[in-house]
Amino acid sequence: MVELEKEIKEIVERYPDRRAALLPSLYVAQKHYGWLSQDAYEAVAETLNLPKATVKGVATFYAMYKHKPMGRHLIQLCTNVACMVMGAERLIDLLKDRYGIEPGGTTEDGRFSLVIMECIGACDRAPAMLVNTDFHHSLNENNIFEILENYK
Amino acid sequence: MEKVLLKNIENPNSHRIDEYINTGGYRSLQKALKEMKPEEILEEVKKSGLRGRGGAGFPTGMKWDFASRDPKFPKYLLCNADEGEPGTFKDRPILERNPHLLIEGMVISAYTLKTERGYIYLRGEYPYAKVVLEEAIKEAYEKGYLGDNILGTGFSFHLSVHQGAGAYICGEETALIESIEGKRGQPRIKPPFPVNVGAWGMPTVVNNVETLANIPYIVEISGEEYSKIGSPDCPGPKLYSVSCCVKQPGVYELPMGTSLKEIIYTHAGGIRDDRPLKAVIPGGISTPVLTPDKIECPMDFINLPKYGSMLGSGAVMVFDDRVCMVKVCWRAVKFFEHESCGKCTPCREGTGWMKNILERIESGRGRKGDIELLQDVSKSIQGKTFCPLGDGAAGVVLSFVRNFTEEFEYHIENHKCMVAES
Repeated sequence: MVELEKEIKEIVERYPDRRAALLPSLYVAQKHYGWLSQDAYEAVAETLNLPKATVKGVATFYAMYKHKPMGRHLIQLCTNVACMVMGAERLIDLLKDRYGIEPGGTTEDGRFSLVIMECIGACDRAPAMLVNTDFHHSLNENNIFEILENYK
Repeated sequence: MEKVLLKNIENPNSHRIDEYINTGGYRSLQKALKEMKPEEILEEVKKSGLRGRGGAGFPTGMKWDFASRDPKFPKYLLCNADEGEPGTFKDRPILERNPHLLIEGMVISAYTLKTERGYIYLRGEYPYAKVVLEEAIKEAYEKGYLGDNILGTGFSFHLSVHQGAGAYICGEETALIESIEGKRGQPRIKPPFPVNVGAWGMPTVVNNVETLANIPYIVEISGEEYSKIGSPDCPGPKLYSVSCCVKQPGVYELPMGTSLKEIIYTHAGGIRDDRPLKAVIPGGISTPVLTPDKIECPMDFINLPKYGSMLGSGAVMVFDDRVCMVKVCWRAVKFFEHESCGKCTPCREGTGWMKNILERIESGRGRKGDIELLQDVSKSIQGKTFCPLGDGAAGVVLSFVRNFTEEFEYHIENHKCMVAES
């Protein structure tokens, strides 16, 4: 908690206004708590001296904040036009077969969560995904599992 | 043409400041800050004819002029690195491989605008670019290219990265400003324009990554020389991102106005498996689709509208005869529906309606009259929204339906896809 407060206060220094630190602070809270739990919202609201409703209202607008607990590894697979044309939809089916995971869901053992992304700017090497913050591209039915096996 | 924006990026150390300086980097900054007055740089940028590379193509010099004339202080410089337009990945090599070019461009721009504070609004989906940019900013502070009293000139400029969180709409400049202020990324009505009332109510210039990356070169060779590159009315080097059904997808730096045909067949190697070309989206997913008879079109802000589309972000998406146009249109609209911020009713409701209609046509459950309904909904969105997201969605749907009517009709009448059958 003390650490989170310290980190947020450093962020505030970069802006002419306290509220501007809200988006980066939500990332910090997400890192500390694993997801944006009620406790996480409260910590951000208190540190930035903002109403809780404001904090939650902003957080729910953005796709990359997590409002429920996530698996150990987050698979963010793009299915936008370029990735779709290059075969991303088939990959979703394969992930479902292998891990029993649906978009928006988490595996029973808590290993993977799967989120569908709207373009991650890798259309020249489609289909592509982010696993946590690692970028993987030119995916096909074989290499996707070779890649994912590295995430235990 | 020698590379300006993607210069030296094959070098594994291209992102490091020493390598950048060794290959001529930060020389324009020295020249600008030590030998030129802000007004002189503004004049050069005006003469260069540079137009904003984010999609709208607004003359950069004019935007800067408006902001410079506003007496309020402080002013802000925001770099739009929220590259979210599907099909677009042109700013990524600058951010990841050539970050000092962007920083140099931003410091010169800030000096011209008499701004002391800047932010790079970076999309959340580029975590690696964040690491590279933050390291590059740190290096620039250490060498005295950022911070207080830059190069002993008395000019100060502070820069940091502001990470977005996965909202396409924040690429729209007023939504970007809302977002950086810590709010939901919903566009503001214009006027007032950000150059007068922007971030925290102060004059603010929002420029795209590629736009800012052009500034050091303009300072280096002069506005007049720059204006001779590429299309006379919108000159300069341009990054085109080419994707989907081509042999060599990638980012190509070419003179503005290079034809679509040359981009696809010469630079991107032609269509994969030598299939026939069926359709091209020339400027990212929110620009109208073109048919193969239009590929002679020079890719710039002036000519594409004459051929029925727009340059947008210069993201060329190429489709061969195996791709179903109904499905591409559905996926594009699904994206718009997801990303509509919800502020304007025609866009919020209309994109949902269009998605539902397209979904049923695509899955073989289309009804007679669905094409007319799609056109009707599109026209009910056009011109009735704060920002261009709704207009883009409507224009895309109308262009797909107009150019590929037969395919939509086939889906509806036969309850299946024309392409899958062949």
